Amino acid sequence: MNFDLTEERQMLQDSLRRYLRDKYDTATRNAILDSDTGMSSDIWNGLAELGIIGALFTEDEGGFGGAGFDLAVVFEELGRAGVVEPMLDSAVLAGGLIADLGNDDQKSHLETLIGGGLQLALAHGEPSSRYDYTRVDTTAVTKGDDIILNGRKAVVVNAEAADMLVVSAREEGAVSEEDGISLFLIPKDRAGLTVQGYALLAGGRAAEVTLDDVIARDADRLGAAGKGYAALEGRIAAANVALCAETLGAMESAVALTREYLMTRKQFGRPIGTFQALAHRFSDLLIEMEQSRSAVINAAGHLETARPEREKQVSAAKNLLGRAGRLVAEEAIQMHGGIAMTQEYELAHIAKRIVMADHRFGDTDHHLERFIKLSAA
Amino acid sequence: MDLSYTDEENAFREEVRAFLDEKLPKEMAAKVREGGDLTKEDMDQWHTILNDQGWLAQNWPKEFGGAEWNAVQRHIWEVEAAAAHAPRIVPFGLGMLAPVLQKFGSKEQQDYWLPRILTGEDWWCQGYSEPGAGSDLASLKTSAIKNDAGTHYIVNGQKTWTTLGQHANMIFCLVRTDKDAKQQEGISFLLIDMDTPGVEVRPIILLDGTHEVNEVWFTDVEVPVENLVGEENKGWTYAKYLLTHERTNIAGVGSSKAGLTAVKRIARAELSGGRPLIENPHFAARVAQVEMDLMAMSTSALRIISKAAAGGAPGLEASMLKVKGSIIRQEINDLARRAAGTYAMPFASEAIEGSNAALPDPLAAGPVAAQYFNNRKLSIFGGSNEIQRGIIAKVTMSGGA
Repeated sequence: MNFDLTEERQMLQDSLRRYLRDKYDTATRNAILDSDTGMSSDIWNGLAELGIIGALFTEDEGGFGGAGFDLAVVFEELGRAGVVEPMLDSAVLAGGLIADLGNDDQKSHLETLIGGGLQLALAHGEPSSRYDYTRVDTTAVTKGDDIILNGRKAVVVNAEAADMLVVSAREEGAVSEEDGISLFLIPKDRAGLTVQGYALLAGGRAAEVTLDDVIARDADRLGAAGKGYAALEGRIAAANVALCAETLGAMESAVALTREYLMTRKQFGRPIGTFQALAHRFSDLLIEMEQSRSAVINAAGHLETARPEREKQVSAAKNLLGRAGRLVAEEAIQMHGGIAMTQEYELAHIAKRIVMADHRFGDTDHHLERFIKLSAA
Repeated sequence: MDLSYTDEENAFREEVRAFLDEKLPKEMAAKVREGGDLTKEDMDQWHTILNDQGWLAQNWPKEFGGAEWNAVQRHIWEVEAAAAHAPRIVPFGLGMLAPVLQKFGSKEQQDYWLPRILTGEDWWCQGYSEPGAGSDLASLKTSAIKNDAGTHYIVNGQKTWTTLGQHANMIFCLVRTDKDAKQQEGISFLLIDMDTPGVEVRPIILLDGTHEVNEVWFTDVEVPVENLVGEENKGWTYAKYLLTHERTNIAGVGSSKAGLTAVKRIARAELSGGRPLIENPHFAARVAQVEMDLMAMSTSALRIISKAAAGGAPGLEASMLKVKGSIIRQEINDLARRAAGTYAMPFASEAIEGSNAALPDPLAAGPVAAQYFNNRKLSIFGGSNEIQRGIIAKVTMSGGA
């Protein structure tokens, strides 16, 4: 047991924090949020140059990290600064799946990705699947050399910017079976694939992706036919660790802003933080921060363990961060009062970020139920 | 960052398990599991068994005869001992007074008192709270005035909530030696022999029927000046030091884990609508939520103790653990009470004449409702949760954290 960061991770954290402090202030982010693409290619390239994308991949995959704790360090900083660039979607999810399942041709994209020259997205969730990741209605039907994809993918984050999509489709089995789900790496300009984009409340952009007789080939498949689910679940677990760490970082910012505000804002002739009604509630936030940090450590530390324990730890963390995050976001806004209701104040984006993270890859209730099922197993 | 146990730590766990399996008397474990009251003889016996193994003074440095366990070892012990239903080590001499003596006591005091704690020759209790000084401890009034010869302090006043004072022959007290100084500055740390004339112990029966705490009265009690620890009027500093030691184990991870195991066991046996209660979605959700909270807090406790072991003072973090730890334990007590259903209602009390007959308990749940009420103390003692929240906020907002 050891709770210190390794020297490498400490350096990674320091350099990323410094970079974002210099380059990513509220005004910069608000300009990015208002832009057509919802992201900044300068920032993306800057992060790539800093080695941040490489830190999310193992040495075998062409990176220099890739462990749960690497993800935790990177995403905590991204969350602290409220970075909206699609690191989770391009690198952890789609990039991760290519690393897990890709053939040599497909894996050659990773070098470009790590260098900042490629955008990716995972097109998996569907309008009726909610957080059930075995539920795939999109079909892949083989006809001669063609594999014909039909279906609709919901809220595909980063689909517009992506050069290629990792698309899930069912080749066999019932609609909620693990077996039978295949993954395909499809260039976005493939005929029959349409992308209807929109902005997201907490930054970035997503799209509804329609697959209308999209023709794929064997060479487009990631891994074996019908055997995509295990990798998918593993990368969703990694994404949840990243999301939890990102939420933790955002919560740190919310608490820091609240602390500052409680110490400086005066009403009735004294700093409002000296009022016990606020002081005690503020201390509850700090207590939940410790809980949240520990939950992230637990999940990150179990990302490389066997499936049942890994998934249990991930669900525990996602549930706890969901609860603690909501508390921190709501209390931070309440204790600030009116100023927190304004778009231009830093807390606005941070609070939205914390709450909306609950809507990706299973919310608080979903993971509570999942934890119960995994515990009974 | 590494959450896995090293080979050494795993070997230590095995050693602890083997020890508990071999040396913890079965009838004593059964008593703890069933929630029975331990006698002084039970506790003395367990201390002796631990002392023979060299494991009684787990936090003490080796130079004083301690085991000098690190944070992970202490965590392993806490979890394993609670899981095996071992009695808790009585902390007043070992965990509270001893660190103060080791840091602030004279060589003579260390040489005399520390070995007697290990052998059980002295049973210590704590004289801090007074009827008028609870959360505001520094307002304590028990006075100690030096006699004209300068050989003794004359102590007058009253201490209260003195845990297990009925078994003790010694009490360490905070007393006021300077009435005119600012509150915290006129307090001294005094060791008092409870057999001295003028010391009287009166029981307080708690709402769960147990005799756990007492009032201790002092009327013109003569205490040799050699029994002053450190300097006169510096007692508050020592008391604060003691409180950080008192709080390093306050998270109660081991007790909560054992309690949660018991809740699940009861809820598997209890039926609700013909199905095991554990399958009831509402009950299962509450169990799962507290389990997830406990998983996180267990890691928090390890992180914080590790940091303390590396030289950092566990001040604020200890306050946070105290609050969260008590909330979690109390939630588990509430779940156990609910799980037992109507059989939570029967009551055995030392105070009720002839109520020692065995109670009906088909689930072998034990006195879960009594324990629920008894553990309301967790958020009150050692600085109430409100006091802790005040400290956390004050320190954080003064730029201290």
